[in-house]
Amino acid sequence: MADPVLTVRNLNVRFRTGDGILHAVKGIDLDVNAGETVAIVGESGSGKSQTMMSVMGLLASNGWAEGSVKYRGEELVGLSPEKLNRYRGSKLTMIFQEPMTSLDPLYRIGEQLALPLTTHGGLSKVEARRRAIELLELVRIPDPQRRIDSYPHEMSGGQRQRVMIAMALANNPDVLIADEPTTALDVTVQARILELLADLQKRLGMSIVFITHDLGIVRRFADRTYVMKRGEVVESGTTEDIFAAPKHPYTRMLIDAEPTGHKEPAPTNAPLVLDARDVKVSFVLKSNLFGKPIHVLNAVDGVSLSVRGGETVGVVGESGSGKSTLGRAVLRLQPASGMVRFEDRNLMPLDRAGMRPLRRHLQLVFQDPFGSLSPRMTAGEIVTEGLLVHEPRISRKDRDRRAAQAFEEVRLEPAWRNRFPHEFSGGQRQRIAIARAMILHPKLVVLDEPTSALDRSVQKEIVDLLRDLQKAHGLAYVFISHDLAVVRALSDEIMVMKSGKVVERGPAEAIFERPQEDYTRDLIAAAFLKEREAQTALPAASLAS
Amino acid sequence: MAEGAALPIETLADPVTGRSLWVEARGRLLNNKAAVCSIVLLAFIAVACIFGPFFTGHPFDQVYPDYVKVPASLEAYPKADQIAPQIERIGARVRGKPEAIDVKGDSVTVTLVGQRPIDERLLAYFDRSDMFGVAKVVEKTDEGKRLVVDVPLKKKYFFFGTDTNGRDLLTRTMKAGQISLAIGLLATLVAILIGVAYGATSGYLGGRADLIMMRVVDVIYSLPFIFFVIMLVVFFGRNFILMFIAVGAVEWLDMARIVRGQTLSIKRQEYVQAAEALGVETKGIIRRHVIPNTLGPVVVYMTLLVPKVILLESFLSFLGLGVQEPNTSLGVLISEGAKNIQGATWMLLYPSLTLIAILFCLNFIGDGLRDALDPKDR
Repeated sequence: MADPVLTVRNLNVRFRTGDGILHAVKGIDLDVNAGETVAIVGESGSGKSQTMMSVMGLLASNGWAEGSVKYRGEELVGLSPEKLNRYRGSKLTMIFQEPMTSLDPLYRIGEQLALPLTTHGGLSKVEARRRAIELLELVRIPDPQRRIDSYPHEMSGGQRQRVMIAMALANNPDVLIADEPTTALDVTVQARILELLADLQKRLGMSIVFITHDLGIVRRFADRTYVMKRGEVVESGTTEDIFAAPKHPYTRMLIDAEPTGHKEPAPTNAPLVLDARDVKVSFVLKSNLFGKPIHVLNAVDGVSLSVRGGETVGVVGESGSGKSTLGRAVLRLQPASGMVRFEDRNLMPLDRAGMRPLRRHLQLVFQDPFGSLSPRMTAGEIVTEGLLVHEPRISRKDRDRRAAQAFEEVRLEPAWRNRFPHEFSGGQRQRIAIARAMILHPKLVVLDEPTSALDRSVQKEIVDLLRDLQKAHGLAYVFISHDLAVVRALSDEIMVMKSGKVVERGPAEAIFERPQEDYTRDLIAAAFLKEREAQTALPAASLAS
Repeated sequence: MAEGAALPIETLADPVTGRSLWVEARGRLLNNKAAVCSIVLLAFIAVACIFGPFFTGHPFDQVYPDYVKVPASLEAYPKADQIAPQIERIGARVRGKPEAIDVKGDSVTVTLVGQRPIDERLLAYFDRSDMFGVAKVVEKTDEGKRLVVDVPLKKKYFFFGTDTNGRDLLTRTMKAGQISLAIGLLATLVAILIGVAYGATSGYLGGRADLIMMRVVDVIYSLPFIFFVIMLVVFFGRNFILMFIAVGAVEWLDMARIVRGQTLSIKRQEYVQAAEALGVETKGIIRRHVIPNTLGPVVVYMTLLVPKVILLESFLSFLGLGVQEPNTSLGVLISEGAKNIQGATWMLLYPSLTLIAILFCLNFIGDGLRDALDPKDR
């Protein structure tokens, strides 16, 4: 083994919370050698991020680290921030998950890039600017001379993440810590950022520590892998060994957590539940003095969609492709033009009050299980809120019974129904959100990325649950997602959307096996990284996102 | 529901009780020493203000002409040096010259010598004074020209001293505290009820309704407060209820703006959209989703609004627009104290200390609540 750049020995991280002391990282050992990529894998709450935060001295104020972290023989734990700053930002750098918030919106990216160069590198302003342009070139931002004077909001998510990488690379770091750097990005952008990182590592010879929950990334990029569970390293070794012969059941569970299986085809004679034709949604971005629109964004541009009872239509596309807007438009939660029929009724002429009695048949499940539950109501109240509207005459006791029943249906402990949302995990919260939709026995459910915010292993459970519920009640689903693995496991039919238009549609298997459009092929390739190695690398020109 | 019967009854019998955000916030608040001390002290002040006047032995509007502007003291009045001059004064009325004044514990023995026989009925002057009880003739010599009279002393305590009319300042401070706290709480309550309902409705409805509702707020905002109060006083006369109306009518504006801002962000939360997708009516969304989630900042604002209202009331009373005699408020007392700062510092000191204590406590509680309710701190 080469000499380690970063050695972590018996590292403990604890947080003081209102409920006592939380032991987040429990005595882990870890080595990072020069020029290698190390992945730390685990589900949310496993302590993988906190390990690296403590290496960088970035723990929250109620947390502290004990043990030893050595960078080239130099102890980092317990150093004052001033001394730590000699290493962090120059030799040890970090990029974060959220490219939207980790750049300061008030400064041009050139100024933000120059900051580490002038403070750590001792460059003059002119030199720093020249170096900043070089860096932007390095991370393949097109036209860096011009882009250096952009503000962060003028760039896309992928470009911002590239700027973050450029900042991290500014002082030729030895170790680059990447904390879920691609999670917030679209799949195709994700793939390009990962390629960029791999390429930069080859050219610059630094070590990369990759924190991720996505095993596809690990398999493709990491030399060695540490698997973390509840603050402990349960397994470590070369990535090949871990994937070929996982020893710990947790590792095996993570590897097997890809949603699998297919939906049984829906009966073709089932009645049409939803029939939407030529749906258009447009947003006025700019209007002139007299309120006449002069710049209009067509978020959904003439899309048709029909779903039968027991059928699932998957709507796939990148962010901004209009898929969520379409979902809301067919439920009449978003003003739209065109024609939407539910069973035999035309929904378009109905106003808010007219829609109300129909709402019980048309339900919606959101992506974010943290945002979609009202924090001050108990889980039981949340689940039964629909009953207050649609079955106002049933008593409190009956409502409670129905809540317990709904909890059982989504495989949650009914005794928990008096708890509050913040006392549940992400997967459990999503089950509550599903229970809220199911308690009314709807006919159509629009699922707007219901699994995207969840860990892989939880995703699998939710997918199974959704499939079972559909089978039991003959539900029609519109399943909106950018995650093709999940879509594949759930859908009968798939629509691929791009810029508000449907570019391809057809039965799920046909789309995956014989994609007709380049865009679809890109999406599929990006989603199933492991299958991608066989393909030729994308030409360099198309790498810039 | 028939299908509910299938469920085993024991799972229904004992659901786990959840810990709401409020319960957690209470836990965090109780860890905050300054806030807990403030709550205890404020509770003590409130209890003292409400029940204290029954135990001081002085009605709040009782005037003691013999004890005008006496300083605060832990010892009982009358003091030894006050007795002789007072007896001299009574002697003059009784038409007998007091001789051999002898103070023994709770009574005074005095010999009154007159040029003519002293009318014993005139001894009632002793009782009319605030210092003495009913005089009793012990010895009568020289054809009634010489009376030996035994007079019991009336012991009185003025821990905070008395005011310019000779009223007990402790009782009056308590009474003032009652009124200030009552105005503070009630006016705040009025402001919050109007403000929350108005702000939540305006923010949730959005669009043109929001625009009009907020412009109305701006218009009311632009009225000068003092002018508004003087106008109310001119039309309706000075009145206790008027204070609530005046203060409440102004303070709800801030509340409405705060709640509207909160509502605008809550409106975009997915749980509100989820409720819309369930078909919940606007009323239900505002009541069940919007208002409960704005209550965190509202509670904090409330604890900061109470002292503000108390100060406003004090200010109005200081100007003479507030409560009327013999009722009083801390502002009135402080105003009087300020006039008598020379020679009667206690009249300013004790009401001010009470006001400061109340305001400090409320501010510390407000700070503690803000920390406890702020989810970012978690």
